[in-house]
Amino acid sequence: MSAQAGQWPDQLFETIKRGGVRQVGYVPDAGHARLIDRCRADPDIHDVVLTTEEEGIALAAGAWLGGQRAALLMQSSGLGNCINMLSLARTCRFPLLMLITMRGEWEEFNPWQVPMGSIVDPVLKLCEAEVYRVREPGEVPGIAERAVQQTFGDERIVAMVLSQQLIGRKVWTK
Amino acid sequence: MLERRAAMATLVKDRDEGLLVVPGLGSTTWDLAAAGDDPRNFYLWGAMGGAAMIGLGLALAQPDRRVAVITGDGEMLMGLGALATIGNKRPPNLAVIVFDNGVYGETGMQPSHTQNGVDLIRVAGACGIPTCLDVRDDHALADLAARLKNLRGTLFARVLISADEPPRVLPLRDGAEIKSRFRAALGVKA
Repeated sequence: MSAQAGQWPDQLFETIKRGGVRQVGYVPDAGHARLIDRCRADPDIHDVVLTTEEEGIALAAGAWLGGQRAALLMQSSGLGNCINMLSLARTCRFPLLMLITMRGEWEEFNPWQVPMGSIVDPVLKLCEAEVYRVREPGEVPGIAERAVQQTFGDERIVAMVLSQQLIGRKVWTK
Repeated sequence: MLERRAAMATLVKDRDEGLLVVPGLGSTTWDLAAAGDDPRNFYLWGAMGGAAMIGLGLALAQPDRRVAVITGDGEMLMGLGALATIGNKRPPNLAVIVFDNGVYGETGMQPSHTQNGVDLIRVAGACGIPTCLDVRDDHALADLAARLKNLRGTLFARVLISADEPPRVLPLRDGAEIKSRFRAALGVKA
């Protein structure tokens, strides 16, 4: 793994931190493991472990009502758990920053990840989200900066979708 | 057993600027509107299962104010995992209050799980919420109202109400307006 390849979760953390994010909701996810560790270690960030991703949509709405910025970390499968709750962000025009790690595409071993993974982009677009695909580590800082600015500056739903190529293949045998 | 409109009126009576209220969609939103409009109410007309989590995000963001989520048993059951999440975080300024009549009033009084053995007080306790109250009469309701004025720890309360359906009182419906008005009342920018 090149130095740049390993740095992107830290760059992502630094960008949301600099962007004033104070609450981070997540369902534990291997692709986000480093980012989750950084959030948990930061005393200025409320890290909130969720039982299901849709809780995070409501958490982010509550945070914004109270004047704080939130981000929601999830895996592609988790997006499917959010569909109706996204009505909250769409109807009330809440800013919502979603950082989504992809499963079910590049070199996926587990076929159960494919059905949801294959419809992430169209589902996000149907839900009126601005979608940014990230494939290369070098794209992370610039896109993250833009995503934070657009989410909170324009009160938009923004999804940064991190491709499986970026995250790496899950190892099934040890 | 209590009457829902009177119970809501008691809980928000003489409220100060430090009390923020998130009702659930349907009956508890109508109850809160009937008790008197306030910009510090975040009325829900949808997002079923989300009220308690909105309350959590708000409580974490506003540690110097108190947040009361006042929702129905059906709405709470749809987002039961939120009690586990709240039990993990335990913000001292959050109360989750469930008006429990054992039925889905908005859809024709079909029975909910609480009518058939699901005990939300024990669920909340098992999720780690330190104070879980069973409110069945005026005395217990007055105690809950007093606690809301001076919250000192995450609180859950099940308020046993009768399954009647008072006339609807409809508050603001435009979600963006409800949100903006709420934020303006708190003076937040973010």
